[in-house]
Amino acid sequence: MSLIDLTATELQSQLALGHITAVEVTGAFWAQIERLNEQVGAFLATRRDMALEAAERIDLQRAKGAAVGPLAGIPVALKDLICTQGERTTCASRMLASFVPPYDATVVERLRSADAILIGKTNLDEFAMGGSTESSALGVTRNPWDLECVPGGSSGGAAACLAARMVPLSVGTDTGGSIRQPAAFCGVTGLKPTYGRVSRYGLIAFASSLDQIGPMARSAEDVALLLEVLAGHDARDSTSAAVPVPRYTECLRQPLSGLRIGVPRAHFADGLDPEVAAAVQEGLRVYRDQGAEIREIELPHGRYGIAAYYVIAPSEASSNLARYDGVHYGYRTDEAALLAEWREESRRLMDAGDTSALQQSDNPLVRMYRRTRAEGFGPEVKRRIMLGTYALSAGYYDAYYLKAQKVRRLIRQDYDRAFEQVDLILGPVTPGPAFRAGEKASDPLSMYLVDLFTVGANLAGIPAISVPCGFTSRGLPVGLHLQAPPLEESRLLRAAYMYQQTTDWHTRKPSLA
Amino acid sequence: MSLTRQDVEKVALLARLRLAPSEVDTMTRQLSQIVDYVQLLSELNTDDVQPLAHAIEVTNVFAADQPLDSLSREEALSNAPHTDDEYYLVPPVLGS
Amino acid sequence: MKQPPEPDHLPYKIVIGLEVHVQLATRTKLFCRCNTQFGAPPNTQTCPVCIGLPGALPVMNDEAFRLSLQTALALNCQIPPSTKWDRKQYYYPDLPKGYQISQYDLPLSHDGFLEIHDSQQRFESKRVRIRRAHLEEDAGKSIHDERSGTADSRIDLNRTGTPLLEIVSEPDMSSALEARTFLDELKLVLVYQGVSDCNMQEGSLRVDANINLHIRDRETWIPTPIVEVKNMNSFRAVERALEFEADRQFDVWQETGQRLGDAPKQTRGWDDQAEVTRPQRGKEESSDYRYFPDPDLVPVNVSPQQLDQIRRQLGPIPAVLREQLQTQWGLGAYDADVLVNQGPRLVQYFTQLAEACGDAKEASNWVQQDVMRRLKEQQTEIDAFPVSAATLAELIRMKQAGQLDRSRAREVFQHMCDHLQSPQQAMTALGIQQVDTAELSALCRSLLDKNPAIVADVKAGKQQAIGSLVGQAKKQNPNVNPAQVKEICLQLIAEMS
Ligand SMILES: [Zn+2]
Repeated sequence: MSLIDLTATELQSQLALGHITAVEVTGAFWAQIERLNEQVGAFLATRRDMALEAAERIDLQRAKGAAVGPLAGIPVALKDLICTQGERTTCASRMLASFVPPYDATVVERLRSADAILIGKTNLDEFAMGGSTESSALGVTRNPWDLECVPGGSSGGAAACLAARMVPLSVGTDTGGSIRQPAAFCGVTGLKPTYGRVSRYGLIAFASSLDQIGPMARSAEDVALLLEVLAGHDARDSTSAAVPVPRYTECLRQPLSGLRIGVPRAHFADGLDPEVAAAVQEGLRVYRDQGAEIREIELPHGRYGIAAYYVIAPSEASSNLARYDGVHYGYRTDEAALLAEWREESRRLMDAGDTSALQQSDNPLVRMYRRTRAEGFGPEVKRRIMLGTYALSAGYYDAYYLKAQKVRRLIRQDYDRAFEQVDLILGPVTPGPAFRAGEKASDPLSMYLVDLFTVGANLAGIPAISVPCGFTSRGLPVGLHLQAPPLEESRLLRAAYMYQQTTDWHTRKPSLA
Repeated sequence: MSLTRQDVEKVALLARLRLAPSEVDTMTRQLSQIVDYVQLLSELNTDDVQPLAHAIEVTNVFAADQPLDSLSREEALSNAPHTDDEYYLVPPVLGS
Repeated sequence: MKQPPEPDHLPYKIVIGLEVHVQLATRTKLFCRCNTQFGAPPNTQTCPVCIGLPGALPVMNDEAFRLSLQTALALNCQIPPSTKWDRKQYYYPDLPKGYQISQYDLPLSHDGFLEIHDSQQRFESKRVRIRRAHLEEDAGKSIHDERSGTADSRIDLNRTGTPLLEIVSEPDMSSALEARTFLDELKLVLVYQGVSDCNMQEGSLRVDANINLHIRDRETWIPTPIVEVKNMNSFRAVERALEFEADRQFDVWQETGQRLGDAPKQTRGWDDQAEVTRPQRGKEESSDYRYFPDPDLVPVNVSPQQLDQIRRQLGPIPAVLREQLQTQWGLGAYDADVLVNQGPRLVQYFTQLAEACGDAKEASNWVQQDVMRRLKEQQTEIDAFPVSAATLAELIRMKQAGQLDRSRAREVFQHMCDHLQSPQQAMTALGIQQVDTAELSALCRSLLDKNPAIVADVKAGKQQAIGSLVGQAKKQNPNVNPAQVKEICLQLIAEMS
């Protein structure tokens, strides 16, 4: 068995026993990246030399008998909207294509102090807006199970690099399903933690009240290992939860007895791909066989989730992305061209004697802003900025943003009531498996509806996990979605671990890997 | 359609985006479609519902008034598209 | 100065509301821990948070919040139990995030008031209502090429994120003088609380004014369009700008007859050189700030206990102090005003002095005439004054005991200040000694002998004629006590008859 087929947990123990070295581990994954990244396109940037140097340092430390961190010598991929000091962080946008943060995100600090090997930055939908990674301005990522298909998104690169065995651990972010949906499409395990569980400091914001960083891996056990490093209170994030973090890796193996699982009837309604439905039903059977009690539940406001989400997320995004204006960092339009355009237009209007048009015409600064943003952002980002700006503009705030925040409370209350009766909520992650590249590109609304089952957890701020639970006849992975009450990540991990003890979907490997 | 071209042009100025005429058409159509879908929310009576801003309801988060190191000027300006090594530079604000 | 018009004689009333931005005296910025020190080289006091770098997040400064509550309480404001932060969105190069973190619909305080009065009685005392006081972050500084308008603008972000308290009054002022008095009083309150240095030159205090007229129309009043006046760099400038603006608006009214609502709100800038207001270029689009709650920050709840604690630590309120100086120390309104306007430390010096010498009026005279003059001459603050209240009280007691007259006491005071000496040391140095009674009687007797005409006058009931004898006595011996000379002479004359 090759090193790249081992899980992070297995690598960790082999490294600790001295059977393998960090340099060997890093070298093996590096070779896989070299072999496959051109086809898969999971990474936007890789750091071979830095990774190998870090690995050598860790081997040296271990040889000296010095204490090392919990991820010592294990390669980790970072979604490229998490700031790394001195290394480009692009959000897969032309706008930030050459942005080099002067600081590390809190999770990066935590990974570094856990001695993780930060091997590269993964591709995503531009500013994490999308569900296919197709809106990346800097590269194309393909699904390792079928290169014709999208890997999902927005953490498409983060999921694809795991499936293709390029890394054992990957850090993603989830605003409306961006960890869970690509995890489902790529057949890996991904967890969106409770809002506030992981610091957002240094995560380039899409929608601040929904964004959450989370772990992705090939097993629940590895997800627990990575979450333990990522999670924890951070004084630099005012929305960070000041509560202790359980030792996920320790409680993982305790089975959940008397488990009550709720199944929302609406999640199995029309529109759900029959093969996905069958795989998820099969997953449900596994839990029933393990003694879980299955109950049908209602989330009465679930059907409003997408509408509320597509008001709140773009509104916050329109504000968060206002800072990309070409003044202090990032892309700026060509100034000579801009001034030439301005002079030309002014002269034309002056000659025509059109003084009112002349007064209305944008001054050079406004022109700089508008050209910069028009050239720096892709169409999906512009669409959401427009939508959010509209929703927050005078006269519409109450009807859209405020209304959506109220519906958000109703959705949260649905969950609170449901969790009085059940311990977990189970359903499909997505209505269908990975779709073909380009299939939904021209119809934004159909792309948005893919988030149907996942946005609820973001709106309510609860944790949720995607676990591989089968394949379609075309060989595409299907994901099982589990949601838990706030701060109950350990319950999700234990349930996922139980599941993975009796199934092997998560160990399957795409033929190209 | 729930939005007009004029709405879209006005919003584009507010958002400091520039749209080509063909983009205005597409944007008007797509935004209208999404806004129509979002109207679904108006079915619900939310008169007695408090808005939920954060999933975890934390309050009173403060930091002590103790200075920490700032960035050096070089670091601060390192990502700026145009500087004179002292200030950020932008096209004339007053340009007339 | 232009006399404020008599309201009854004018065909209009002036209506003025003020918006004051005060920089709070914190060490660090509102949402990051960069220094707020004024005058640092450009772009050396910034960090990922205040540059608005992608991924950086704000965390509220506890001291800024405490100072805001303190100010709000000093301005008699209501403090709601919960407050939150909103984003005010607009594009400007000195606003790096594309929004300013401010407070929109739930400000930390509202509905307070500030009483204003004029010791010269040029207007009737009144209560100016405070609509709200809220906390927000400052923007950076843009430096424009004013002349050609074609060179690049330069941006310094050192000031970005500095805590500002925005204090908004109701339109309760009806003259430029009232507005000026409001500002003087507000500044005094802020200085007494120690919440801001209120330095207008450094931008720690900024004032915008809203002004319009209500034109008399038989039994009713017609409001004219409201104008916002900006760019006033001193309180004096505010006063002049508002005087100018009232006159200008009346001219416009006579010309156009435009009422409130007929024209959009206009912004005008004060030109201090030309002494006129000029229209300012409007923003690109009508301001649509798209306020919404900042998802990066959490609400703040204020408990009654917390408010009580701040209330207990509240510095003195100028209006209360004036009242105390009058009721507890028996000062007149004018004297109380002069002392309180000098600030809390001078008032403290006065009360210590009055306490120690037992005569508040005398203490007030010394402070106002001698101490304040000396402070002004030396351009120092009372903290650095060389004569303590206790030492000055010693001198005053000697004067009260008749050992010194007023003018000699002043000489001694000067000497004490110049040479850091006690009253005794200064008197010795100046050669001032007590004249013994026998010597004094002999002197008086010789003066009476030489001035029979004066003696006759006094006998005839013209007591003030004695003054001339006192003068002569001082000439012969500068150490004599005039009161004693007068007393002895009168006694001797009485004995003569
Ligand atoms: Zn800062």
